Amino acid sequence: MKAVGFAAIAAALCAGTALPAIAQDKEITLCWAAWDPANALVELSKDFTAQSGVKMNFEFVPWTSFADRMLNELNSGGKLCDLMIGDSQWIGGGATYGHYVKLNDFFDAEGISMDDFLPAAVDAYSAWPKGSDNYYALPAMGDAVGWVYRKDWFEKPEIQAAFKEEYGRDLAPPKTWDELLEVGKFFQGREIDGETRYGAAIYTERGSEGITMGVTNALYPYGFKYENEPGSYDMEGAVNSPEAVKGLEVYKALYECCTPPGHSDAYMTEDLDAYKSGQTALQMNFFAFFPGIAKDPEVGGETSGFFVNPSANQAASVLGGQGISVVAYSDNKPEALEYIKWFAQPEVQQKWWALGGYAVHNAVVEDPNFPESTPFAAQFLEAMSNVKDFWQEPIYAELLQAMQKRVHDYVVADQGTAQEALDKLIEDWTISFEDDGKL
Amino acid sequence: MAQNAEQGLAVPGAGGLRGGLRRARGLSDRAITVLFIAPSVLLLLAINIFPLIWTVYLSFTNYRANQPGREIKWIGTRNYERLLGSEDVWGYLQATANFVVWTMLIQVLLGLGLALLINRNFRGAPFWTTIILIPMMLSPAVVGTFWTYLYQPQTGIFSYIINMFASVGPIDMIGSVHLAPWAIVIVDTWMWTPYIMLLCLAGLRSIPDYLYEAAEVDRANALQTFWYITLPRILPFLMLAVLFRGIENFKMFDMVVELTSGGPGSTTELASINLKREAFEKWRTGFASAFAVILFVTVFGLGNIYVKALNRVKQ
Repeated sequence: MKAVGFAAIAAALCAGTALPAIAQDKEITLCWAAWDPANALVELSKDFTAQSGVKMNFEFVPWTSFADRMLNELNSGGKLCDLMIGDSQWIGGGATYGHYVKLNDFFDAEGISMDDFLPAAVDAYSAWPKGSDNYYALPAMGDAVGWVYRKDWFEKPEIQAAFKEEYGRDLAPPKTWDELLEVGKFFQGREIDGETRYGAAIYTERGSEGITMGVTNALYPYGFKYENEPGSYDMEGAVNSPEAVKGLEVYKALYECCTPPGHSDAYMTEDLDAYKSGQTALQMNFFAFFPGIAKDPEVGGETSGFFVNPSANQAASVLGGQGISVVAYSDNKPEALEYIKWFAQPEVQQKWWALGGYAVHNAVVEDPNFPESTPFAAQFLEAMSNVKDFWQEPIYAELLQAMQKRVHDYVVADQGTAQEALDKLIEDWTISFEDDGKL
Repeated sequence: MAQNAEQGLAVPGAGGLRGGLRRARGLSDRAITVLFIAPSVLLLLAINIFPLIWTVYLSFTNYRANQPGREIKWIGTRNYERLLGSEDVWGYLQATANFVVWTMLIQVLLGLGLALLINRNFRGAPFWTTIILIPMMLSPAVVGTFWTYLYQPQTGIFSYIINMFASVGPIDMIGSVHLAPWAIVIVDTWMWTPYIMLLCLAGLRSIPDYLYEAAEVDRANALQTFWYITLPRILPFLMLAVLFRGIENFKMFDMVVELTSGGPGSTTELASINLKREAFEKWRTGFASAFAVILFVTVFGLGNIYVKALNRVKQ
């Protein structure tokens, strides 16, 4: 009996040590963009490795070449990435072309419920077709475009007095696009602490997606829609409605009146640089950067404040963020699924938020203390309640490039009118949908 | 009937013997020739000719490389019709033509001038030659990236230098529709004028001294010497340089992408930049193939005409 007992203990020890040994031979690669939240995820993932023994590798690519690089990887059936934190617009192509593993059965088997996440995030990052219950990703990183402002400048009595004299109201974070234009104009070229300052750092980048992500911050609140009826691809009167034209004109006005010199090809990094170096009073950027700004030695703490995208005819914010998917070409699907199962746990999601990742799990966002947990948490929740995203069609990249050209031609290169730009955009998109068999 | 090698007489059955000897010695000259050429020909077929034919085929289809399961449909000349009927495409071609013409013109003038200067063999000429050659040794992508900093309106040295001579305020070279085309011409000129200079210098060094001595005897002035001796002698070198640089600039991509991304708007969107967008961002492979074919025919056609002119100059 004693011998049997020893044998059992020895076997158990062997099993206990052998299993992690097998797991430790395993490693998976997670692909994402190179930015602050990615560093937080590296830190978080150490817990996964400690628990499972699966080594994590990371492939982070700068945003401006992220889509190019990763979509090439997916389109070529590459095995570099086992897990992909792909942009929200990729979900259509990922599902339709079979790049992502469908996760419904896995979620059911592991008791992972999409009801545990913010509905807007599930719809944006996980489901395809939109509104369906077919899930190809777990919401990984909620995000939207928001604004940062120089709170210390806004609070200077002489600046407040000058603003009140000029506009007849108190200087405060803008709530509408009209107010935003006024604030931008007010700060443009103003001397503060002996240096010339400018109004706002906004998105104007031409090469990837920058100006589209910027201009839609004005288009959506004014009433721009992609289709008259969802799924109809009927764009006439929606894309080029008078409200949409007005929104585009306002964004151009903001670019022309209130940006620093040379701000004609700026995206996230350039906006951060312009703001952190003290050039601008306002900055448009994704919430993902706000933890870094709040901790920044130059502009962090009480120096900066945060506000949601101003409204016009309605409240709306541009959606950012991503879901995490298992790549269909991976040789390590079990380990990749294991990671998703681990990541979906409420306590992991809470730690994710604490480290600077934007968790959208109800356990995090429904916590009564959440709005006060950071200076931008309340704004994040407000933004996420009215986010709008670009087309998520499989041919989204083609649609995006057309919009990049048309709006950059109008806003930055000053060619044609807003109406012409949006009319031409409909022509481009119509050709794309015809080619794709949707029209 | 074969002949005896020594006596020149026909010896029945000797042919078989000689054939056997040849086989024993190895392959025939012709076989060896074919064997040596075959790898190159196969390689050429595999990496040049086949892709070219395949591209021409794809240009008549709706193929998309990112949708492998999709049925490839023959759509006739629709891609070509769309391309040639698109105002935007003509805009990209016009931007490319402007870029090629202006860079060539300025670089030939500057390159020739520098070559004439260096050819005087003044003290320190080898040192200055090396300094002048440095830009063309750099990577175009690197050059494009660091010129974005030089062109930065507030902190860049370009704006600073211009303002030393004329107080015009910050100059936004990359963000201005009017200045951006010149911004890329200036950078390309900075980078590649040394190349033109180098070829011109080779031409200048190949001119025999006795021609200049004869001109001196005939009391030809400097302009006449340049016009009747120097220029005709270096013209083939110059034309060759223009041919190489012209082809390179027609397909210019990396430097301009890093510098302007084709902006502002589409002001500096050269044909090759748009081709890349169509092929690898929009994934309209059939359409991009048609565009590539048009660009290929244009470069090939212009190149042939130019080479004929070059040969005539040489004669």
